[in-house]
Amino acid sequence: MTASATTTAQSAAAKRKNSPRQRAIRRRRIQYILLGVAVVLLIVFADGGQIQRVFLRPDLVARTLGPGLLIALKNTIVYTIGAFIFGLAMGTVLALMRLSSVAPYRWLSSIYIEFFRGVPAIIVFMAFGLLPLAIPGAIIPFDPYGTVWVALGLVAAAYMAETIRAGIQAVPKGQVEAARSLGMPAGMATQRIVLPQAFRIVTPPLTNELILLVKDSSLVYVLGLAASGYELTKYGRELASTTSNLTPLVVAGLCYLLITLPLTAVVKRMEAKAKKAR
Amino acid sequence: MTETIPSGLRDDEIQIYDLHKSFGPVEVLKGISTIIRRGEVVCVIGPSGSGKSTLLRCVNLLEQPTKGRVFILNEEITDPDADVDELRTKMGMVFQQFNLFPHLTALENCTIAPIRVLKQDRKTAEATANENLVKVGLGDRGDAFPAQLSGGQQQRVAIARALSMNPELMLFDEPTSALDPELVGDVLSVMRDLAKSGLTMMVVTHEMAFAREVADRVIFMDGGVIVEEGPPDSVIGNPQQERTRIFLRRVLDPTHVNTGAEDEAYLQRHAADDVREDDEDWPVKGPERI
Repeated sequence: MTASATTTAQSAAAKRKNSPRQRAIRRRRIQYILLGVAVVLLIVFADGGQIQRVFLRPDLVARTLGPGLLIALKNTIVYTIGAFIFGLAMGTVLALMRLSSVAPYRWLSSIYIEFFRGVPAIIVFMAFGLLPLAIPGAIIPFDPYGTVWVALGLVAAAYMAETIRAGIQAVPKGQVEAARSLGMPAGMATQRIVLPQAFRIVTPPLTNELILLVKDSSLVYVLGLAASGYELTKYGRELASTTSNLTPLVVAGLCYLLITLPLTAVVKRMEAKAKKAR
Repeated sequence: MTETIPSGLRDDEIQIYDLHKSFGPVEVLKGISTIIRRGEVVCVIGPSGSGKSTLLRCVNLLEQPTKGRVFILNEEITDPDADVDELRTKMGMVFQQFNLFPHLTALENCTIAPIRVLKQDRKTAEATANENLVKVGLGDRGDAFPAQLSGGQQQRVAIARALSMNPELMLFDEPTSALDPELVGDVLSVMRDLAKSGLTMMVVTHEMAFAREVADRVIFMDGGVIVEEGPPDSVIGNPQQERTRIFLRRVLDPTHVNTGAEDEAYLQRHAADDVREDDEDWPVKGPERI
C-alpha cells in the first residue's frame, strides 16, 4: 500500500517535470544562455579597436560634427517637410480623383499612382534631374528646395493618395448623407465633413509615410545639388570619401534617428489613442 | 395612364406621384402616391423590407427614384433642373444611425449648415442652435462631442441639427430603432412636442403607440405599395386589410409567437398575387420590436 503510494507520487512528479509549462520555462532558460554566450564570444573575439577605427574614429566623429552637419540636418528636414506638404496636397487631389464619378479622372489617377509606386524613386529623381534639358525654360522656384520638394513629393503623392483614399472610404456613408440632407453641395460635404474625418483616420499611416520620406530624401543627391544643398547622406558620403573612412557616414546615419525616433514615438501614441477610442 | 398633375394647393408640402424605385432587379417601390399637407404628421409603418425607408429617402432624393415625381412645397425635386440642395435646406432629416459629425461638437453640428449653407453669421446661428438644443433638453451639452453623448442624446442633437436649418418639414427615418429601449422615450417626447408645434412630419417608425397617439394619418406599406392608409384609429385600431392585421398582430402582441402557420395560410390565399412575387423579406421571421 505504501509502496504503491510512493510510485504514484514519483510518476506525478515526473509528469509535472514534463508539463508544457515546465518545458516552456526550460526552453526560455536555454535561449537566455545562448544569448549570453553570443555576447561573450563577441566581446572576446571582436577587435573593438579595429571596429572603431573603421566605423567611429573619434577624430573624424569630431570633424563630422561641424557646421556642415547642421546644414545637412536642416536640409534633410526642410526637404522632407516641403515634399510632405506637396505630396499631401497632390495625394489628396489624386485620392479624390480616384474616387470621382468622372471615369477619366479615375483612370488618370490610377495610372499615376501605379506608375510612381512601381518605378524606383531613384530613377524618377534621375529623370527629374534632366528635366531642364527635356523642357528648356521650365523653372521650379526656390531652387534647390523647390526642385527637391517637387521630385520627392511627386513620388510621395502616389503612396499618400492610396492611404488617403482608404481614409475617405473609411468615413461612413451616412456622414455624406447627413451633410447632403442639410443642403450642403457635394464639394462642401467633402471638404467640411469627409476630409476632416478621413485625415484623422489616416494620421498614423501618414506619419509613417513621413518617416519613409525622411529616409527617401537621401536619394535626392542624384539631382546634383551644390554643397549648400547637401542633405545628411550626401554630406556624410562626401566627407567619407575625402577622409577615406566610413565614420562620417555612420554619424550622418545616426542623425536620421534624431528625426525618425520621435516620429515613431508619436505614431505609437496616436495608435494607442485610436485603439482606446474604439 | 393620364399624366398626374400636382394639385398646386399652397398647403401641399410633399406630393408623391407614382413613385418607383428599383435596386438592380429588385423593385422596392412599386408605384407610391400620396400627398402630405402642411402641419400634417404622417407615420409610415410596415414590415422591414417593405420600402418605407426607401420612400422617405426618395423624398429628399438621397435615393434617385427610378420613375415617378416628387414635389416639395410645389417644386418638383425630381426635375433634373431642380436645385436639390436648396430644396433640401427646407426639409430636415433625422437618421436611424444619428449620423452626427463626430469631429464637431453638438453646437457645431447644429451651426455648420446654417453658417456654410444659409450664410448666417456665427452669432445668429449659435443663438438658433442653442435654442434648439434647449428644446431637445440638451441646452447644457453644446460643448460635448457626439462620442461623449448617449445614443438618445445623440439622436436629440441630430433633431436639433435638423431644426436649426429652420425647415418647413421634417423627415424621420426610424429615429428610435438604434436606441436602447430605455432611451427611446426621450426622443419620442421631443418628437411629440414638435408634432404639437404644428411642424409637418413624415415619420418612418416601428413605434405603434407613438404613431397612434401623434399621427394625423398612418400609411401601412408592404411589398413596395401602400396597402392601407388613414387615421391611426382606423389603420392601427381597426385595420381593413388582412396584411395590416397580420403585421399589427405580430408587432403589437408581445406574447404572439409566429409559428409560420399564419404566413402559410396567407401565402396560400394569395398565391396568385403578383405583388408578393419577388419580395424575399416575406414572410418576416420573428416579431418586430415595438
